[in-house]
Amino acid sequence: MIRLVKVSKSYGDTIAVRQLSLVVNQGEVCVLIGPSGCGKTTTLRMVNRLIEPTAGRIFINGKEISRVKPEQLRRSIGYAIQSVGLFPHMTVADNIAVVPELLHWAKSRVAHRIDELLRLVGLDPLEYASKYPNQLSGGEAQRIGVARALAANPPILLMDEPFGAVDPLTREKLQAQFLRIQQELKKTVLLVTHDLDEAIRLADRIAIMASGRLVQHATPEEILSRPTNKFVHDFVGTDRALKRLSRIGVASFIRPTHSVKLSTPMKEVASVCERCHWVWVVDDDGKFTGWLDRTSLPAANSVRQAMVVGDRDEITITKNATLREALSRMLGQGFNSIPVVDEEGRLIGEVSLGDVEAATAKMEP
Amino acid sequence: MLRRQLNLWILLTVLTGLFVWLIASTGLWEATLRFLFPQESQVLHPRASLLVLVWEHVKLVILSSSLTVLVGVPLGIWVTRPSGRNFLPIVYYLTSFGQTFPPVAVLALAVPMIGFGVIPTVIALFLYGLLPVVRNTIAGLRAVSQDVLDAAYGMGMSRWQALIRVEMPLAARVILAGIHISVIINIGTAMIGAVIGAGGLGSPIIAGLVQDNLAYIIEGAVPAAMLAVLADRLLANLERLFAYSAEKAR
Ligand SMILES: Nc1ncnc2c1ncn2[C@@H]1O[C@H](COP(=O)(O)OP(=O)(O)OP(=O)(O)O)[C@@H](O)[C@H]1O
Ligand SMILES: [Mg+2]
Repeated sequence: MIRLVKVSKSYGDTIAVRQLSLVVNQGEVCVLIGPSGCGKTTTLRMVNRLIEPTAGRIFINGKEISRVKPEQLRRSIGYAIQSVGLFPHMTVADNIAVVPELLHWAKSRVAHRIDELLRLVGLDPLEYASKYPNQLSGGEAQRIGVARALAANPPILLMDEPFGAVDPLTREKLQAQFLRIQQELKKTVLLVTHDLDEAIRLADRIAIMASGRLVQHATPEEILSRPTNKFVHDFVGTDRALKRLSRIGVASFIRPTHSVKLSTPMKEVASVCERCHWVWVVDDDGKFTGWLDRTSLPAANSVRQAMVVGDRDEITITKNATLREALSRMLGQGFNSIPVVDEEGRLIGEVSLGDVEAATAKMEP
Repeated sequence: MLRRQLNLWILLTVLTGLFVWLIASTGLWEATLRFLFPQESQVLHPRASLLVLVWEHVKLVILSSSLTVLVGVPLGIWVTRPSGRNFLPIVYYLTSFGQTFPPVAVLALAVPMIGFGVIPTVIALFLYGLLPVVRNTIAGLRAVSQDVLDAAYGMGMSRWQALIRVEMPLAARVILAGIHISVIINIGTAMIGAVIGAGGLGSPIIAGLVQDNLAYIIEGAVPAAMLAVLADRLLANLERLFAYSAEKAR
């Protein structure tokens, strides 16, 4: 648990952080967000004593950190810095090994850990372990930075815009990876970002800062539904309803749906289509392959002839998706409902536009 | 990559062997110089054999350059630490002064105090070669980016660990380049040692100038030039050893 009590930091006349009090509970992800220069990095770096506060106290698990030797403190806190900062003269493996080596781990244990971490962040150890930082793309380097922060399995992580320097697609992948890792490891995380969508996606709680002050500290749902003042209101923007949809999973909105197989005889198809205008088509394994419109039935003599083939990646969602993703698929495809599939691509149901609208209406203003 | 490095070291060893053989072959030198300067009664400086002269020269360079490195590198490190940062301008100024001050003048000042011989020469060479080493140590350490330092301290390295594991390896090439320049300067400047009896390849050259004997001058100048080339190769190889990242992986 991290607890900041009325912490301030000033540089001469500039006050970077003012009277900030904040608690990050055990196993919780707290995302610090706010405009550039509002004091996010300063706050983060006070927690591992890279910066000493001008006033106030900081506790980790009840212990005041000013009583702990900085080096010792830092070895128990993973730190992914804003600009990655990999050591250019060390290989990826040596970079990851820094903290374990400072802690005098046995060689075999370090080697094993490097392998494990590279896999955890989705990079092949055989390919990447012996590379040098200047042979990595920005996204790969950031992943190594995160792996390095995780290396000695610290219970606390400080991450300063860990996914800042990558394209939106890679960022989404990294975020998903982060959530997966966090579900498994349950670290206490203080993460800085500029990106509200990222905050909403990753945070258990969001701490919004403005010019050194904490403006609101609450769950993403609460921040979106009850912004505490005009600053937060403007900061979260006018598309709050849409953002809130990204906190809601589709799982509880999945309905059973009609489908036919490629091998289903036309007579049977006709009877299924009595009740609806169109149906999803699956192959013999139950995997999604497209859809079929009732109007195309008379001219065809097999499902294959009548159906429209659809790209599974473009049309379907999995049950881990959010309502926001479901909605964006519907709008993109012009459908009133969107098929939900399992990991193998087998159709398990659908989510309808009506349900998404109902969910939006049910949310508080 | 490794193979290329190995080849360079083999080449250096062969060249050094060749050099030693060449300067040890007194007969060859004598014959060649006699052929070139038939009018001279003597073509080899009588003070000592060429092998001894070269060895004296090398000794001067090794002594003074070691001293330069042992003092210059720690000095450069110290003025880039928080404790010594205030001294950076003065150290910089003093070392620059050391280089603008002609070594001959240093000798002139040193002799009355220390007397003749190797020691005043080594001191003069040491002061003269200090600037490139100190300057490059400072430049190399300052070029280590703040991000990398932040990461080092953020991981829990002490100041000493950050210096040894991160800053020095990253600055090594630039520091070595400074040592490189310093050593090459020293090989040339060590000639003046002969003026106050420190021996070395300066002896035949000065004798040649005084007695108007071109053969003596060649006897001193040609091995000195070869020595400079060898030292240059050696230091270049060392620098290559400290190349890192992609260059090393290749
Ligand atoms: N060493 C320093 N000396 C003087 N002022 C500083 C120093 N470090 C930070 N500041 C000031 O403190 C304020 C907060 O800086 P900080 O780095 O915490 O911002 P940030 O929220 O992380 O911004 P960004 O999102 O751009 O990374 C800024 O106004 C900055 O100019
Ligand atoms: Mg910052």
